[in-house]
Amino acid sequence: MKDTADILPLALEGVSLRRGNRRVLKDIDCRFDASLAKTLIVGPNGAGKSLLLRVAHGLVAPDAGRVSWRGGAASAREVRAEQAMVFQRPVLLRRSVRANLAFALKGRGLGRTERRSRIDEMLARTGLARFAAAPARALSFGEQQRLALARALIVRPRVLFLDEPTANLDPAAAHLVEELVAESAARGVRIVMTSHDLGQAARLADEVIFLYRGRIKERAPAKRFFERPENDLARAFLRGELLWWRRRRTEAGIDCAPVQSCGPGQEPS
Amino acid sequence: MNDIQDAFWVAFALLWQFDARLFDIVLLSLQVSLSAVLIAALIGMPLGALLALRRFPGRRAAIVLMNVLMGLPPVVVGLVIYLLFSRSGAFGVFGLLFTPAAMIVAQVILVTPIVASLSRQVFETLWEEYRETFESLDVTPAGGVAALIWDGRFALLTALLAGFGRAVAEVGAVMIVGGNIDHVTRVMTTAIALEVSKGDLPLALGLGIVLLLLALAVNAAAYGFKEFAEARVAA
Repeated sequence: MKDTADILPLALEGVSLRRGNRRVLKDIDCRFDASLAKTLIVGPNGAGKSLLLRVAHGLVAPDAGRVSWRGGAASAREVRAEQAMVFQRPVLLRRSVRANLAFALKGRGLGRTERRSRIDEMLARTGLARFAAAPARALSFGEQQRLALARALIVRPRVLFLDEPTANLDPAAAHLVEELVAESAARGVRIVMTSHDLGQAARLADEVIFLYRGRIKERAPAKRFFERPENDLARAFLRGELLWWRRRRTEAGIDCAPVQSCGPGQEPS
Repeated sequence: MNDIQDAFWVAFALLWQFDARLFDIVLLSLQVSLSAVLIAALIGMPLGALLALRRFPGRRAAIVLMNVLMGLPPVVVGLVIYLLFSRSGAFGVFGLLFTPAAMIVAQVILVTPIVASLSRQVFETLWEEYRETFESLDVTPAGGVAALIWDGRFALLTALLAGFGRAVAEVGAVMIVGGNIDHVTRVMTTAIALEVSKGDLPLALGLGIVLLLLALAVNAAAYGFKEFAEARVAA
């Protein structure tokens, strides 16, 4: 662990975000503290999961509300240095695997030997050691995502955001990424991750946040969320039903039960 | 028809005999145009990066202007440089008119917009892809630009080749500011123009073929390097 004080908790207060004239995040209030290790944000496509993560990470400034770390006492530098993010599509530099990891360590005030040992350790942990000299973009998609994860972890972040990191991966590659996420959490990295894969959420999550049309509809410990979801929409989502009807009334604040259901695995067109 | 056949013989003979005068002309052509491209790269690439990455008032106008300047007529550039560098001009005191230096200045003006415009496109495309990742990794602006240059190096090389092609092939500007003085400012294109006006068409065409071969050699070398290096990093 770090010598410095923990930058957690992360608090979002009254966060709203507009894209064009659509409100994509609406009055989000939530805290992430050190008492839990893994929070999974689930919800249908377009619920605002990715944007919520980007606002929390500091990539997108909210139109209203605020994001604060350690009750607003953390310095900007600390905040930038102590968090990392893995995106749905890994964006790797046109360089070798090793150079991609070295790039993340630049400007962190580390000595040469320290950098090298961290890179070697990370390559070993992610199973990429034999690709160290290979061009990053020649790796398979699953390997690329593991490298992106390695690049995020190598700075030893306190908090790691992951935006659908396994959405484009086959089950085997996804499993490797899940293992790495779980292992990092066990080492004390606070995980905040989005997913629309309920199986994955059930496997990984300590707690679940259910996001629907830019609002947090339910937040519960994982076990309770999957066994007894309280929110109607969350229940419908867990049953694999479509959640796109009677939008206006929902936006007016009246939650409503689904009037129509479809089999699991189908997406609204 | 015979002229064209003769031209190939002349070109072949020129190269075969390794004509000393031809060698001087080729060397000067390369010196002037490569210097111009180098200087244009030092000006044009930062300019391209600025246009690609910064949002400032007048940015769109500057981009359009750069694109327009890609088509600057060399004769006009030559004339402007001539006026500026002539004895009565603003830079007359340097006495650079009819020297290779003046020719380089003129070609820099012709090539810089090409390098700036093409490198802007390279930087913009890369930046679109890298922006969020760089922000997330807390990369400094200088570090970000350095990474864009390194990762875009092959595409940027193509931009430089386009600039070199323009420089080595133009005749209007170097003719006016250089004066086509034998052994001093005579380059391939001005030599060709001279032989045309003297009526020695086979020699003119022969020189043209040599010029083409020169351009071919430079481009083949650059392409070979690019293929070799790209295969290693799978860019």
